[in-house]
Order: sequence, then C-alpha cells, then structure tokens
Amino acid sequence: MREGFALPRTIGAVDMGGRLLNRIILYLELVRMEFVNNLAYRSTYFTGIFNYSIQIGAYYFLWDAIYAGGKVIGGLNREEMITYVIVAWVARSFYFSNLDRRIALEIVEGKIALELIRPYSYQMVKYARAFGEAIFRMLFFAFPAGLMFSVVRPFGLPPDVLSAVLFIIAILGSFAIYAQISMLVGFVVFFTKSTTGIYKAKRIVMDLFSGLLIPITFYPQWAIDIIKLFPFQAVSYLPNMIYLGKATKAGALNIIALQAFWIIVLWIACSLVWRFAVKHVVIQGG
Amino acid sequence: MALIEAKGLTKEFRLFRRREGVLGAFRDLFVRDYKTLKAVNGIDFTVEKGEMVGYIGANGAGKSTTIKMLTGILVPTSGTVFVNGFVPYKEREAYTMGIGVVFGQRSQLWWDIAVIESFKLLRRIYNVPKEDFELRLKKFNYLLDLDNFLHLPVRKLSLGQRMRCDLVAALLHNPQILFLDEPTIGLDVLAKARIRDFLKEINKENKTTIILTTHDLGDIEALCSRVAIIDKGIMLYDGQVEDLYRRWGHDKLEDIIKRIYQGDIPELKENAGGVRLA
Repeated sequence: MREGFALPRTIGAVDMGGRLLNRIILYLELVRMEFVNNLAYRSTYFTGIFNYSIQIGAYYFLWDAIYAGGKVIGGLNREEMITYVIVAWVARSFYFSNLDRRIALEIVEGKIALELIRPYSYQMVKYARAFGEAIFRMLFFAFPAGLMFSVVRPFGLPPDVLSAVLFIIAILGSFAIYAQISMLVGFVVFFTKSTTGIYKAKRIVMDLFSGLLIPITFYPQWAIDIIKLFPFQAVSYLPNMIYLGKATKAGALNIIALQAFWIIVLWIACSLVWRFAVKHVVIQGG
Repeated sequence: MALIEAKGLTKEFRLFRRREGVLGAFRDLFVRDYKTLKAVNGIDFTVEKGEMVGYIGANGAGKSTTIKMLTGILVPTSGTVFVNGFVPYKEREAYTMGIGVVFGQRSQLWWDIAVIESFKLLRRIYNVPKEDFELRLKKFNYLLDLDNFLHLPVRKLSLGQRMRCDLVAALLHNPQILFLDEPTIGLDVLAKARIRDFLKEINKENKTTIILTTHDLGDIEALCSRVAIIDKGIMLYDGQVEDLYRRWGHDKLEDIIKRIYQGDIPELKENAGGVRLA
C-alpha cells in the first residue's frame, strides 16, 4: 500500500539512528532559532530586569524586617533567607516559561492546525523553543542580575563546587517540570475554549507552592504534607536547598531523582492529555 | 487503491446554544442546550494519483472541514478515510511527511525570521537531503522569482509574495499530495496567474496530486479538469468540468455553479468521476 510513498531518501533506508540524529539536530536548531529570535527583542528583557529587581528588593526588606531579632525561622537564618530570596528569583528568570500562554493562544486562534500537519512532536518543538528562550534569559538576565545583586548586596555562594554543579542540574530539572506544568495548563484551553483565569491560577499556585515566595518549611505541617505530594516544590524550594548546602550529598541526589520522577509522570500526563485532546479537537476559525 | 479514498465521511460539531436573557444565562449554567451541526455529511470521494481536483462550495459548506479531515487535523465523526495508505489522524508523523498543505488565510512560515531560514528549518523537519533541497529551491526560485525577498522576514512580505513562499514551503519535501485551502484568496490577477502557472508546472513535472478549495472559479477553469461541489455538507456534484459545459451548453462556469448551488443538480451518469446525487 505504501510503496508509492514519496519519502525523502534519508528515511527510506530505515536508518533509525540517522533519523534520530536528524530529529536531535532539528530540536537543537529550534533552540538556536529561538535564542536568536530573542536577541531581536532585547528591550522586553530590560523591563523584565527592572521588575525582578523590584520583586527581590521588596522581599529583601520584608525578610530583613521579619528577621530583625536575629532568630532562625523554618531552619533558615537571616543570611540564608536573603540568599534564598535572591537565588530563587534569579533561578526563576531561567526556568520560567510562558508555554501555557503560547499554547493556549495557538489553540484559541486555531494556529494549532498548522502544527498538526507537521511530522514532528508538537511538545518537543515547544520544549525546544522554550529552552532556547531560557538559555537566552540565563545569559542576558540571570547571570547579569545575579552579578549585580552580589555587588549591591553580597549573598552566599554554594558551600562547595559539587553543590554548585548539583544545583545547576537541579535547575535544568526545574525548567523541565515548569515547562511541563505550563504545557498541561495550556492544554486546558482545549476543553474550556477560553483562557480567562488559567494563567493567573497557574502562576499563583506555582509561586506559592514551589517555594518561590516562602520556603516550604514556613508552612504548617499539614500543608507541608500536602505540598509534598505535588511536583511544585521540586521547582524552586528543593534546588534552593541544594544551593544553600542544606541538603546532604545524598539528599541532593534524592532531590534530582525526585525531579526525574516528576518529569516522567508529567511526560506521561502531557502525552495522554495531548492524545485525548487532539482526537476531540475542534479547530477554531478558518 | 486510489491515492485518496473517503467513504461516508462525516463530521459533526456540537454547538452550544445560548439562551436569551438573564434567566436563560442562569439556566445555561446548569443545563446546556446543544445543537448538532453536520458540517460534512456522508461524503464519498476518490482521487487518483496525479489528479488536480477543485473543491468548491459556498461559505460554511464544509470544504475546509473536509480538507482538515483529509490532512489529519480533524478526526471524522464517522466514515473512513485513507490517504496514501494512511489513516491521516492516526499516524500523523508518518503521514504528514508525504503531504504539503497551504492555508491561504494563514501563513505557516515563522513570522519573525527570514524566509530562507524558515525553508532551512523545513528541510530539517522533513529530512530533505541538502542537494535535493538546493535543487528544488533553485527551481522554485526560477518559477516564482523569490530572490528579492528570500532574506526578508515574513511579516514584511506582500500577500502575493507570502503566498508564493507558502507554496514553496509546502513543496520543499516534494510531497505526493498538495492540499490548498483557498490559495489565491485576496491576490491580484497577475499574482493569481503566476500561482496557477506554477501549480500546473508542479502537477505536470512531479505528478503531484493537488486538491484545492477556492471561491475563484478562474482557478478551476485554469487548473482543474475535475470539480467537486459541496453544499451544507453534502456532495452535489463530482465530475468533469467538461461535462458541466456539455449539460448546460457553453454558459459561464459561474452561472452553472450558481444553478447547482440553487438546487438544480445535473443528472449525468456516464462520466469518470461518478456523479453522486444527494
């Protein structure tokens, strides 16, 4: 039935390895493209840096006041808390992605139709592009911002090189988990057909339960027990603990394993929702 | 087996009917009133390799919905469809390797990057060998005169230029089937002529099967020997354009089509495509 099928020569030869390599090159190409694209829109990032500075500044003064007596709260002393705030926000500038908004928009505007006629994995393409943007933000945003803060208000560094390396690995995990959660949130639009409230709900849940605003240990015990059942804390709180040296080496590896676990669970969830949604999809307009 | 084979192809949409007034809005919160709309209703459709078929119908007749089912974007409510040996929506990644699609209403190129960069990315997406890619691009460039805007971002192109680029983008991997959804919409006469010539050339040279929807009967006259006419989801006519003329004498095609839309369905039995009466 398929003998007349005009496949390009490269895959005709059932060269699975070559095909896989080709895919990897494609996704890397997309990472590069998004990076270059972002270079053209630098100005949005200057306003971004300004926003983040205000956020970090506000939290700095808040925590500074709370810690006035020099006590230890939730296992963190004053210096650690200030480092926590700065690292959490600088890291966020890397792992953050607005995939939910992009995907929701594509669904609402019907542009998703153009993605369904392509021989690639829609999700991989989205992750690749989000990663290109994340690398851009790391180089032009997270690093300069971190450097700037360390001049204005010196904060602690990881206790040793190994912690630093493990922290970087964990932050890559944060990116993956955050992107996958965003993907799921974006897919919700398949069913609701409208975007009202979704982004905001995601943002509030993520900021509160990831530990970006308050370390998880600050919550009452029953809340901690519940939060631990979700992937959110693996995005900000747990990587920060590695940075602060609060996790033992084994603990750090456990955190990364936990992230890997959530990445797999979310991957399965995304695939199932995608498969279901596409089958029931109604392309709007056109 | 024919290249495209659809049997009893049907797509239903559920429409949510809002009730009037404040009370109605409250009732809508609890009990929703749905109405089923048959956008495409039991269509049979067969296309052989190398054919060029025009697919026409009034606005909302079900043209785009059919194209979306053939390209695997929409899943049919019932009926079967095989294209190129695939069930389009099932084996999406393998199936889409062999087709090209152009939606006249929206560009598939990346808005902010230079056209040539989009093409290079498509080369990766479809695993096109470099030498094939360059050869085809050279030929398309010769036929469509792309040189002047190959290095501009898509957002800076005129509609005619954009459409030419979209056509190239759909053909870089030399697909067996090309689906065109209103490829000449909004174009001036010269741009239209250019695109028609190009499509003829592609069809002749590569034996590319082309299915196009259009509101411009000039496209049909210039390109298609076969035409399928759909209205309210039902196939009114599927056969040779020549037979239409024979039936009605040499009227203008526009007048003939108008009559068919108005319910005057031709009763032809002996033509190749096979007339199907609703």
